[in-house]
Amino acid sequence: MAAPLTLVLIVAVTIRAVLFNSSLAELISERVEVVSPLNAWKRVVEGLALLDLGVSPYSGDVFHETPLIIYLFHFVIDYADIVFMIADGITAVALYLAVQDYNKGVFRKQKYALEADRYPHDCLELIRTPKEMYYIPLKVAVFYLLNPFTILSCVAKSTCGLNNAVIALFILSTIKGSALLSAIFLALATYQSIYPLTLCVPALLFLLQRLYIPVNVRRPSFWLFTVQYAVMFLGSLSVIVCLSFFLLSSWDFIPSVYGFILSVPDLTPNIGLFWYFFAEMFEHFRLFFICVFQINVFFYTIPLSIKLKEHPVFLIFMQIAIISIFKSYPTVGDIALYMAFLPVWSHLYRFLRNIFLVCCVLLACSALFPVLWHLWIYAGSANSNFYYAITLLFNVGQILLVSDYFYAYLRREHHLAHGLYLKRKDGSEATLVLK
Amino acid sequence: MAAYRYGPVLLLGFVALVSHFVSASTPNNLEDIREEPKSTDGTDSVLPERTDTRESNEFTPRQDGSAASPEALESGSRWAATEVDLDTVPLSGEKATGNLRDEAAEAFDSLRHQRYNDQFQEELVIRPLHSGDIYSSFQFRTRWDTDFFQKGKKVADYRLFPKSLGQVITKFSVRELHISFTQGFWRTMQWGQPFLSAPPGAELWVWFQDTVTDVDGAWKELTNVLSGIFCASLNFIDSTNTVQPSASFKPLGVGNVTNHKFLRYAVLPREIVCTENLTPWKKLLPCGSKTGLAVLLKSEKLFHSSFHSQAVHIRPVCQDWKCTSTAWELRQTLSVVFDLYTSGQSRREWSLFKMFSRTLTEACPLASSSKIYVDVTDNSQGELFELSPVSPILSQAVVLGDRRTYSVYDLMTPDTFGTLRSLNIQLRWKMMDVAEGLRPLLHGERYVAGYGLQTGEIHTLVYNNHPYRAFPVLLLDSVPWYLRLYVHTLTVTSKNRENKPSYIHYQPSKDRLRPHLLEMLIQLPPNSVTEVTVQFERALLKWTEYPPDPNHGFYAGSSVISGLVPSIVAMDTNSTQEGPLFSSFFPCKEESTYFVRVYTEPLLVNLPTPDFSMPYNVICLTCTVVAVGYGSLYNLLTRTFQVEEPGPGLAKRLANVIRRIRGVPLL
Repeated sequence: MAAPLTLVLIVAVTIRAVLFNSSLAELISERVEVVSPLNAWKRVVEGLALLDLGVSPYSGDVFHETPLIIYLFHFVIDYADIVFMIADGITAVALYLAVQDYNKGVFRKQKYALEADRYPHDCLELIRTPKEMYYIPLKVAVFYLLNPFTILSCVAKSTCGLNNAVIALFILSTIKGSALLSAIFLALATYQSIYPLTLCVPALLFLLQRLYIPVNVRRPSFWLFTVQYAVMFLGSLSVIVCLSFFLLSSWDFIPSVYGFILSVPDLTPNIGLFWYFFAEMFEHFRLFFICVFQINVFFYTIPLSIKLKEHPVFLIFMQIAIISIFKSYPTVGDIALYMAFLPVWSHLYRFLRNIFLVCCVLLACSALFPVLWHLWIYAGSANSNFYYAITLLFNVGQILLVSDYFYAYLRREHHLAHGLYLKRKDGSEATLVLK
Repeated sequence: MAAYRYGPVLLLGFVALVSHFVSASTPNNLEDIREEPKSTDGTDSVLPERTDTRESNEFTPRQDGSAASPEALESGSRWAATEVDLDTVPLSGEKATGNLRDEAAEAFDSLRHQRYNDQFQEELVIRPLHSGDIYSSFQFRTRWDTDFFQKGKKVADYRLFPKSLGQVITKFSVRELHISFTQGFWRTMQWGQPFLSAPPGAELWVWFQDTVTDVDGAWKELTNVLSGIFCASLNFIDSTNTVQPSASFKPLGVGNVTNHKFLRYAVLPREIVCTENLTPWKKLLPCGSKTGLAVLLKSEKLFHSSFHSQAVHIRPVCQDWKCTSTAWELRQTLSVVFDLYTSGQSRREWSLFKMFSRTLTEACPLASSSKIYVDVTDNSQGELFELSPVSPILSQAVVLGDRRTYSVYDLMTPDTFGTLRSLNIQLRWKMMDVAEGLRPLLHGERYVAGYGLQTGEIHTLVYNNHPYRAFPVLLLDSVPWYLRLYVHTLTVTSKNRENKPSYIHYQPSKDRLRPHLLEMLIQLPPNSVTEVTVQFERALLKWTEYPPDPNHGFYAGSSVISGLVPSIVAMDTNSTQEGPLFSSFFPCKEESTYFVRVYTEPLLVNLPTPDFSMPYNVICLTCTVVAVGYGSLYNLLTRTFQVEEPGPGLAKRLANVIRRIRGVPLL
């Protein structure tokens, strides 16, 4: 399996290297779909330039990266292309290993269930075979590395690629069962962009499951591990934050990075829902709606964790998807991360209801983004509503995609418990409905 | 060297004048400041130390022929005023003009003058421009030997100094105040340097006393008060367009505080100047617009011009040459350029009446000097235009590094008005084609490059037209926050080579809080164009932040280029002119450079706009999408899968309802 992965890595690096050296690189790095005010490479360079001028990069409103990013690129600014390619490679390899491990676990669990004869007899169709599962890790790596969204994001040198790498490492260390590393990478991801905070619940659930600790609030072992994990997470988070403080010896980065993410002052168009909504918002409702929209991102954690407490990896996928749809400055790089997981759920394909429609919507929107942007900004023959309409449609498409996968997952679980071909009381073929 | 040609004329003029005047010229401020070591910069100055003192040069010449001493003329190197102190000869000026008033009034007046220690001067400089247009610059100067900040004593007795401004100075502890309102753009390449440059729109810069603790609060209140005094939109000055330049705006008056913490600078490029700004400005004059030069200030003519700029400058100056105590100086200036074609009907014939639709009949009775200067430098033999009535008095002055000759009309002498009791100075050209003037040595231009509404690039071109000397200039750019500058894209090139600025002060913007401030010290190579470019990104604003005409664009104020420019006099290598050999080998040090401030054009930049008509639609649609997300997840989270049991049909249910009413068993 190592050889195809290497081949994919080589192809991916070649594509990126060619694009980096072409004239397209500059064009791509200006695209609002690919870079946001939060992760644009131009702003990283600006921050470094400000540092060189002896001005704090956080004294202005252009730079919103964390101090660790400055520190990183202070040394490797000349090798930035390579850093971003390596980050993509790390993400792909980490996801590859994680999915490989996860599939092993899934297969083992399925075997035990089959031996215990827990599945209804008509569900054999739903049983996953090793042959089908064999190529899934590779497909995940291909989906990530050769996804046009990832390539664009990497060529634009959006620091989103680095955040994705951190999240992928977090997933890998969680699935490998290393609580400490998992907590450290989660802290790093949270430090970079707050939202991955919600991933601590699925990580905790996975680790508990791995250690055969039942999720039960009356058990002291549950609380012991939870506290242990929380302490590791908060400890590493505070270490990182204090380290940032000592790098620049000021707390300016807190409002400039986290305040910026949460209060959304920069309304530069992007593929998310925030920019036009808050550009058109009535001033006295602004605070209320900012709270509503931000809570919306974090809100789904608890109900999803309750519903999916047996399936933490699917929960991670759901969380990443929800974050990338509802976060304040989304870019295509965020979407690429959760799309890399789609091959893992390829066995859900038969239960997806409108995957064709959703795929068409997403593809059409991806093509229309640059067209309508051009019409609005350069040609002047369209206005902001055109671009806004496309962002709306794109987000509806994503929401449908995610909820479709959620539906399919739940439905498969239901079938595994109750049999595939359900009958009504009168013996005729039954249809499943949500009630 | 031209002084030699005019030497005899000037001497004659002097002799003729002596009978009228025992010079009452006050100590010249320029000289005071120049010789006062106290006024040199503090430690944070970037320009050479003399910036401060040189800045005073930008005021129009205050030199008058009557004051020129024979020694000064004989030395020939430069003009110098006789430094007669007012305190030592307090009443001579009044007596010389006393024949206009009766003796009693004069005695009373002189008494008041002694008590109030204030004095008022007015003058008008007329300069025919090479383009055929005509430039008139009024200056009204009120000087008051008082201290607004004396402990425990409130200044309440105002005579010449306007009380409204005096109260503003006292209330807000202002040390220096400079405000200008300008309509139109000064075309440096066609017109040469103005005496006092000003950017289009309104400009305000204030130095506060170092006792002020809350400078921002004082600035906010001050702008609102000034907004009321001048009927201008100065109340739109807030933190988003106020900057604290570190080097470009040094105090022009005496004092040694140069900490730019006490400086505030703001420009409103969109401000439109009109009659409502002129009227309050005229009211600050001691004589109003009733008598003196101010009768010429009729708005129907002043605003029918290519360029109109009015300004108020308040600063502390030295009372005497020892500078033991300070006086307050208020200068009100008004410059106007009348167009050859629109105002002059394309005839090169100018007169006071044609320009201002008024003639002069008397000087302001409160003025201690009232003069009109006509620039006749290019007309030394009267070959270019004919000036009538002819004035016997000629004066020479080095203005903006150039030696100019002026015909002087003194309104305090009744002879000036002739038998008609009215003065209408006329300039009639003899030939139509006029030689090109000397190009201004320092000149700036600015424009926005790029297309589309996403990014752009600001190009600033700074010209050094000096044939062989390089000189440094300070470039100040204050760019609003919604044009997000990327300072790493800043390039400075001269003659196709990178020209690294020796000093950069950059303050990045904060959204909705403060603008970008970029200050640079650039060395301009001789005979070159230096191009400064910086890229910016256009922000999308909230819909309420756009002005009512959002597609008109947004203004970004002019860049300010300030520099010490080598003087044309020092540049004069032409040894054909007669002059003593001993004076011509080394260039004269004092006049080798002069301070000049040049403003570039303001920028008009378009920003992307949202659709202003549909906030409700956007709120509804976005909330719908969020609700779709919420709803579909909620659906899946709260419900469970169940086998659908088909319910009874509609007909059956209806039948059952009827049966229930009837009390019959259900179907």
